[in-house]
Amino acid sequence: METTFVRRELIAPLPPPLATRGLLGFLRWRLFGGVFNTILTLLGLLLLLVLVPPAVRFLLIDAVWDGASRVDCLAETVGRPVGACWPFVFAKFRQFMYGFYPEDEQWRVNVTYALGVALLIPLLIPRAPYKTLNAVVFFGVFPVVAFFLLVGDAFGLPHVETRYWGGMLVTLVITFAGIIGSLPLGVLLALGRASKMPAVRMLCVIFIEFWRGVPLVTVLFFATYMLPLFLPPSWRFDPLARVLVGEVLFAGAYMAEVVRGGLQAVPRGQYEGATALGLGYWRMMSYVVLPQALKYVIPAMVNSFIALFKDTTLVLIVSIFDLLGQLRAAFADPNWATPVTLFTGFAFAGIFYFLISFAMSRYALYTERRLDTGARR
Amino acid sequence: MAMADRAEPVVDLGKRAGGLAMRTTKSEIAVEIAGLNKWFGSFHVLRDVSFKVMRGERIVICGPSGSGKSTLLRCVNRIEDWQQGRVIVDGTELTEDLKTIDEVRREVGMVFQQFNLFPHLTVLENCTLAPIRVRHMPRREAETLARHYLTRVRIPEQAEKYPLQLSGGQQQRVAIARALCMQPKIMLFDEPTSALDPEMVKEVLDTMVALAMDGMTMLVVSHEMGFARQVASRMVLMDAGQIVEINEPKTFFEHPQHERTRLFLSQILH
Repeated sequence: METTFVRRELIAPLPPPLATRGLLGFLRWRLFGGVFNTILTLLGLLLLLVLVPPAVRFLLIDAVWDGASRVDCLAETVGRPVGACWPFVFAKFRQFMYGFYPEDEQWRVNVTYALGVALLIPLLIPRAPYKTLNAVVFFGVFPVVAFFLLVGDAFGLPHVETRYWGGMLVTLVITFAGIIGSLPLGVLLALGRASKMPAVRMLCVIFIEFWRGVPLVTVLFFATYMLPLFLPPSWRFDPLARVLVGEVLFAGAYMAEVVRGGLQAVPRGQYEGATALGLGYWRMMSYVVLPQALKYVIPAMVNSFIALFKDTTLVLIVSIFDLLGQLRAAFADPNWATPVTLFTGFAFAGIFYFLISFAMSRYALYTERRLDTGARR
Repeated sequence: MAMADRAEPVVDLGKRAGGLAMRTTKSEIAVEIAGLNKWFGSFHVLRDVSFKVMRGERIVICGPSGSGKSTLLRCVNRIEDWQQGRVIVDGTELTEDLKTIDEVRREVGMVFQQFNLFPHLTVLENCTLAPIRVRHMPRREAETLARHYLTRVRIPEQAEKYPLQLSGGQQQRVAIARALCMQPKIMLFDEPTSALDPEMVKEVLDTMVALAMDGMTMLVVSHEMGFARQVASRMVLMDAGQIVEINEPKTFFEHPQHERTRLFLSQILH
């Protein structure tokens, strides 16, 4: 037996065995690696088989694509089982998009959308230039322009009262205002709650706990019906604006707790490192602490944004008709009363909400990966 | 430095770095600590600590863990506050006044045991952040300055990487460069090699020796006795929140005066 050993040559790295790589490796290890894994794979396949074909049949194969009224979507007329009644959606499309926004003025909504998209897309592409300017225009200038475009009563545009607004327009306005309002509010509240000044901390805690303690429905109801009773008549402002403010305060309180979680994840050494360099509180927060804290909470933040987006449907209870509200109003139209109208409408709304939520979720995931500089080990 | 990057206009910066050492000052005392007392809750962590550091001196502070040496160091730039006593840095007394504190922090660089680099910024951005945001230096100038100091700590080629892509020793050298970019008059080192793998200790110590050669005023908390022998002007031993002995390195190591110092040295020099 040798008891000593001296290596003469170093071993060069080799690729891993074939069976653990590529498609074969994927099948073997991820889908059929063990009994339990195999059962799950088979159950998953079964589930797809049960769900996908009927959905495809309803939405596409059996669906009716042309027609002018309910008659075209009835099984008796078509002579076969009927799936989705798409003519209903086509006929009501403008209502779903704009609510009762006057038809001659709807171009203003389209221009707003176009502006928003034109500013948002380069903002979402990391390599696009002029990020700071772009962000300032999108978050600062665009809301003002959108306000004047949509509301009017200035620059020769006729006034369109918000009670005529509806459909996707309202959904997007509330979501957008909620997101760009709640994030800065949440950050300030979180910083306040982590503050060393007792008065500031107390105020923030009370604010956060109050808004988290009441249901959104109550907030909306209060803002719409109760508030005008307390305020002098000259203080009354637009019902949609009241809802927006309520929504921002409500979402801001939730955002504050999300951001606070992120602040707690930043090690104390980061604060000390920044402090030792002479960065004061605000500079330390904006350049060192918040960039890291917000990165840690991207998943939770997007969670809140998606919840906010879907919670917009609650404005129905204060008689503001968002996309879902317009849908329900359209169901009442006797001209389109068929057995499949309800399913068609909800399928349409479901696809709309899903696409936007899914897009937000995927983009957040992409951002998370992009910002990962290996901070957590 | 041996590996001076030829692409950089080092000449111009040489003047700047030279100018730093020649800066005329109000007093020859860099740091004065008088009657400093601090409690963590009811625990008396610093007990009537007083001493003076002259300009250009290298003070190495050692002592058992929990003896208050890190806490003392952190009082010099007021990362820790205290209940009694005075700390005067470069002629400015540290008070509650935030403006004064920020002024002092700008002149005092600090290097931590855990590096405390900002993981979301590249090495270069770590170095330029404070010059740009605190000193309001133009970005281009700050970057030239940062590259100069990264060259001095011998990692100019890592400027575009993120801190966590580097080894511990490289990260600590970046931390030193980052502190130097503020062109401080005094540098504090809080156990700069304690979190490093053994193979990386030397590269950091070499950087610190080079800095000492340049005449930087340094306060170092460290147990690297070889380093202490080589560069220290005076040694300080702390135990139970108080200074036990301050002495010249030669006397400190060869003829320690206090019983506690003898015990401490016998424990760490085997």
